[in-house]
Amino acid sequence: MWDRNQMAARAALELQDGWYVNLGIGIPTLVSNYIPKGIEVTLQSENGMLGMGPFPISGQEDPDLINAGKQTITELPQTAYFDSAQSFGMIRGGKIAMAILGAMEVSQEGDLANWMIPGKLVKGMGGAMDLVAGVGRVVVVMDHTSKHGESKLLTACTLPLTGKAVVDRIITNLGVLDVVEGGLKLLELADGVTEAELRAATQAHIVN
Amino acid sequence: MKKIYPTAAAALDGLLKEGMLIAAGGFGLCGIPELLLQAIKEAGTKNLTFASNNAGVDDFGIGILLQSKQVKKMISSYVGENAEFMRQYLSGELELEFNPQGTLAERMRAAGSGIPGFYTKTGVGTVIAEGKEHKDFNGETYILEQGLFADLSIVKAWKADETGNLIFRKTARNFNPPAAMCGKICVAEVEEIVPTGSLDPDHVHLAGIYVHRIVQGQHEKRIEQRTVREA
Repeated sequence: MWDRNQMAARAALELQDGWYVNLGIGIPTLVSNYIPKGIEVTLQSENGMLGMGPFPISGQEDPDLINAGKQTITELPQTAYFDSAQSFGMIRGGKIAMAILGAMEVSQEGDLANWMIPGKLVKGMGGAMDLVAGVGRVVVVMDHTSKHGESKLLTACTLPLTGKAVVDRIITNLGVLDVVEGGLKLLELADGVTEAELRAATQAHIVN
Repeated sequence: MKKIYPTAAAALDGLLKEGMLIAAGGFGLCGIPELLLQAIKEAGTKNLTFASNNAGVDDFGIGILLQSKQVKKMISSYVGENAEFMRQYLSGELELEFNPQGTLAERMRAAGSGIPGFYTKTGVGTVIAEGKEHKDFNGETYILEQGLFADLSIVKAWKADETGNLIFRKTARNFNPPAAMCGKICVAEVEEIVPTGSLDPDHVHLAGIYVHRIVQGQHEKRIEQRTVREA
């Protein structure tokens, strides 16, 4: 089974040279620690930055320089800043090649729910609806099951949707799956996980 | 015409009305108009609607106006960091209109640009699309969203000149330019007011035409998630 960092490292293998990419809050933010050598990607932070650098060393934190998860970060030589309207203009405009996002549920048709549990947790969609509607490719990184052991990969989402038929690939602590015609296709198993274990933890249909 | 005011309270004098819609800049606690929010708290104006990406934290940003029960409604994209917000919302004391973040920014930008509505694919197939006009362009479905016209804009910039030309700093720019554009009147708080002529005109981020009043002050600039790496 992969831990958070291993999931982030696996997600980093999705990156291609020259891409502009957006990383969501949580595990996706960790992906920037694992960008493969020789691959040049520019990270977008939807609060208004291209060319997001690593976390600062202690004492170098700048309250005016944060990522979309509100964490302190640093800039790079190629960094550019812009306002939120332009930031989402480039997202909606299809300029961002890929988004890597967290999720509460993903359906076998690629529907994504990651913003609201009715009557319970009120957080909001943030920029996730804009991202999944606008970027070229959507990769979800999340635990395979909920805290209660229930599958987060479902035949149909039960929670309010963030986007309909928007997810291309799912990376979980148990493996990697693609959204394909008729269901999910298993591409890889995490270290020490058997196909039977992954199938047992998955409510969505896995095609053969 | 003088745009410079000595205090945040003076800069808001005569502008605050019960029930008004205020557009506020900032993302999280970054680039929020903290001095103007404190002045609104001290003014005690009630039943306010805020269009702001977030709602601050319990004791900073818009959170201080939630504590004093001055906010009737929030138009936001993400409010996850505020326990008092959740309490008031779940108990029905506070209205909430969720807008996707890019839709919120564009609603502000559009209103400030004289555009009352625009089509976007953000939110198609979700609850956000319910009750909104759908229209197909080139085989794809879009929904109609409306410009967000505010009564008052409050924003925070790094520097202003005496005519209200603004320069922002790093990611503290965020919602401030679109928020500034969409109000009938805009008040900007800045860290420094410099003499007119000392900003390079090519480096101005927001032209003073959008900014009616300016106040300079000391900012706490609180960090919400201090995150560091090993040296």
